[in-house]
Amino acid sequence: MTALLTIIIVLFVAIALWQMVKIFDLAQVGTTNSQVADDHDNKINGYLMMGFLIFIYLITILSFWYLGDLPLMSNAASEHGVEVDNLMIISMVVIFIVQILTQFVLHFFAYKYRGEKGKKALFYADNTTLEFIWTVIPVIVLAGLIIYGLFTWNDIMNIDEDEDPMVIELYAQQFNWKARYSGADNVLGKANVRLIDIDRANILGVDEEDPNAKDDVIVTELHLPVGEPVVFKMRSQDVLHSAYMPHFRAQMNCVPGMVTQFSFTPTITTADMRENPDMVEKVKNINGLRLERKAEIEEAGQELVYEFDYLLLCNKICGKSHYNMQMKIIVETQEEFDAWMKEQKTFPNSLN
Amino acid sequence: MSATIDTHGHEEDHDVHHHKETFITKYIFSIDHKMIAKQYLITGTIMGVIGVLMSIMFRMQIAWPEQPNVLFEALLGKWAPDGVMDADIYLALVTIHGTIMVFFVLTAGLSGTFSNLLIPLQIGARDMASGFLNMVSYWLFFLSSVIMICSLFVEAGPAAAGWTIYPPLSALPMASGGSGMGMTLWLVSMAIFIASSLLGSLNYIVTVINLRTKGMSMTRLPLTIWAFFVTAVIGVVSFPVLLSAALLLIMDRSFGTSFFLSDIFIQGEVLHYQGGSPVLFEHLFWFLGHPEVYIVILPAMGLVSEIMASNSRKPIFGYRAMIASILAIAFLSTIVWGHHMFISGMNPFLGSVFTFTTLLIAIPSAVKAFNWITTIWKGNLQMNPAMLFSIGFVSTFITGGLTGIILGDSALDINVHDTYFVIAHFHLVMGISALYGMFAGIYHWYPKMFGRMLNKNLGYLHFWITAVCAYGVFFPMHFIGMAGLPRRYYTNSNFPLFDDLTNANVVITIFAIVGGLAQIIYLYNFFASMFFGKKAEQNPWRSTTLEWTTPVEHIHGNWPGAIPHVYRWSYDYSKPGHDVDFVPQNVPLKEGEEELQH
Repeated sequence: MTALLTIIIVLFVAIALWQMVKIFDLAQVGTTNSQVADDHDNKINGYLMMGFLIFIYLITILSFWYLGDLPLMSNAASEHGVEVDNLMIISMVVIFIVQILTQFVLHFFAYKYRGEKGKKALFYADNTTLEFIWTVIPVIVLAGLIIYGLFTWNDIMNIDEDEDPMVIELYAQQFNWKARYSGADNVLGKANVRLIDIDRANILGVDEEDPNAKDDVIVTELHLPVGEPVVFKMRSQDVLHSAYMPHFRAQMNCVPGMVTQFSFTPTITTADMRENPDMVEKVKNINGLRLERKAEIEEAGQELVYEFDYLLLCNKICGKSHYNMQMKIIVETQEEFDAWMKEQKTFPNSLN
Repeated sequence: MSATIDTHGHEEDHDVHHHKETFITKYIFSIDHKMIAKQYLITGTIMGVIGVLMSIMFRMQIAWPEQPNVLFEALLGKWAPDGVMDADIYLALVTIHGTIMVFFVLTAGLSGTFSNLLIPLQIGARDMASGFLNMVSYWLFFLSSVIMICSLFVEAGPAAAGWTIYPPLSALPMASGGSGMGMTLWLVSMAIFIASSLLGSLNYIVTVINLRTKGMSMTRLPLTIWAFFVTAVIGVVSFPVLLSAALLLIMDRSFGTSFFLSDIFIQGEVLHYQGGSPVLFEHLFWFLGHPEVYIVILPAMGLVSEIMASNSRKPIFGYRAMIASILAIAFLSTIVWGHHMFISGMNPFLGSVFTFTTLLIAIPSAVKAFNWITTIWKGNLQMNPAMLFSIGFVSTFITGGLTGIILGDSALDINVHDTYFVIAHFHLVMGISALYGMFAGIYHWYPKMFGRMLNKNLGYLHFWITAVCAYGVFFPMHFIGMAGLPRRYYTNSNFPLFDDLTNANVVITIFAIVGGLAQIIYLYNFFASMFFGKKAEQNPWRSTTLEWTTPVEHIHGNWPGAIPHVYRWSYDYSKPGHDVDFVPQNVPLKEGEEELQH
């Protein structure tokens, strides 16, 4: 039945198009039907080019209006995040200036120089000075961006061991995250997937013989003390995953067979972030939208009212439930963190 | 050299007319480059329809997650129980959409069609250097297309590891259903595709170097030929590396080697793999994967340059700078692959190097964009559909290209990597742009291919709807990416954080559906005009290049008499001192006329 309906619809569309073609062609009786653009076509399409320019500007404005809160360009929750945001804003400003100007020139020329019978185009094949200018300008602008970008990149990726960052392992598997704190010694116990023993609940394959593992703590919710540099050592047990923490401007792939790392210093606690005016606005907006879909959300068994939390998301395709591989991140004061940590079982105690 | 070829051409000319052609040798196993071009185009079109249909399906899932849909029920069968799309098939659709569009439509469909059609016609050759290899190349492409389509129907589902097929996900059937038979067929299909592409590329290179007619020096070549030539060189350099990656992956999957795998615990057991690295695969993949985007975009750039000059009735501005920028882009394209891997776990120092080389590519790209804009300045623009698509190409190329400045910057890439920002960027800069280039080429050379004209009013309708929808889909998508939404998520409903993007996703999907439907106008125009279109004149666009000196009716060997000689470059439009606004390349210089020292 569906197939039949589809065929009928396709047939109707074809007939409609055929009729439209006939109408177009009949409307042009008297003019030559060469299917090559004539002055009339040039004029209409020239005007449409200007119309399209306005459309491009309009869609830019609308996108900013509706989607312009850009949580990834403001309110970074990590120390290096502020630098990243500055670089991003500078790059965006450059991009938008170039975009607005070049699109204007392109579409305006298309309108202004639309063809007319009897007009002759200017024979203008070359101008070394002009080409030199628009080679050099991008070189200068890009040189600036490259230098700024490279300094920022080096700042982020060079981990300062003197700061004695807190070592935390992020462990990825299809389809969830675990975190392992290195404990008082700040050294992670050795681990390998070959040591995984599900029966004993040694799910991360931590070496029980290693003394460094004695004070390790394995959890499913990531807590970070504010203002404390952290270095994440990342592992994956099965396929590629990517630890994406957008609010901290942090991301690194988790690769089976090797340990990758990323370091940052969280600067805003979850509680403070929830009170940030931008965030209050955003959450209010989201809750308004959620209220409209109340029935659907409750049917799915989710909490109706949304409260802001930092998140760790998987951002590398990892299989069927990739879309639901997340872990909550809580940034809190040192005291709160210590209190929370005290309640957690150390690795030897967590074994069966 | 060219003199001997010329005489050879004459000899061949004689037995051409005695050669009897059957239906099979003319339409199926043809060795004529014009027929092979049409075969590539039609196969590419069919693959394109499948690819676009897939994108509309997964866009519907994104806009209206987990809701029953008749389209899914009709097309996805067991993968859409009660009409609700399954999460596995969502990933498969995304994967196959990418594979089909990048390789089968925009590599084979674009480059295969126009390199085959235009290289012999525009350089003044009877055919490709090897007609037989050319035929083999097409049929290997056809075979790989068939295998790719077959892979959609296997029991455990088609490949679903993303078009980049990173192991271990693609290597382990226990990690994803699609990594079983579906992935095997994907790899076999791609291996055959690569063979096809290499045969084609070698043929293009040899033909351009050896078979140019008398007077057709490299600096008189149309930019189309330069683009096809350089594209073929990039293909020969980079495609074999993907073949090696595919072969090593096959070894890992089927013969127990550990090139890309190490220390894996999955579904309750430890696998034996030891010592390999997925990062190695990423290097091998992107060593092709990045040049691949230039393999896609350079031919489109060539077509657009040619069409813009012809329809502006002006020479292309900065011919030599255009060639130089093609060469610069080609060279740089082979040393920037690492910008796909900033956060893959590779050494951060390499990240710095790749940031530097990547941002350098913006320079030749900017030169090209400015030169196109100057080409239309003070022109006499003939707004044919091909011209509209060319202007559209420059517009999307600029919009999409600019965001490359953000993605190529390693420090910024950390945060937008693998979000919708990336999707928006590459769809505009290489997807839509290359597609526009292809459409421009089809509208422009349709008379050469089929001897009839495409209906221009349908062309206008097609362009304007497509242009509005392309921006409607991909412009807001940048903002969704900047809000941090990762790509390849089956649904975002588990993340209230992204709830405020839901409406934007619905709008995008509606634009995608309308844009997809608009292609029906084109398909109708394409197929109906073959039979009912207005008969074409020999040179309908009044262009200067050699293909328009051949008769409208196709003959084997292209020119009925001797091959024309070339006396000037291909851009003598509106040249002072001539009555007409174009001087074909085969017209000798007038007495006292100087060939422009371009």
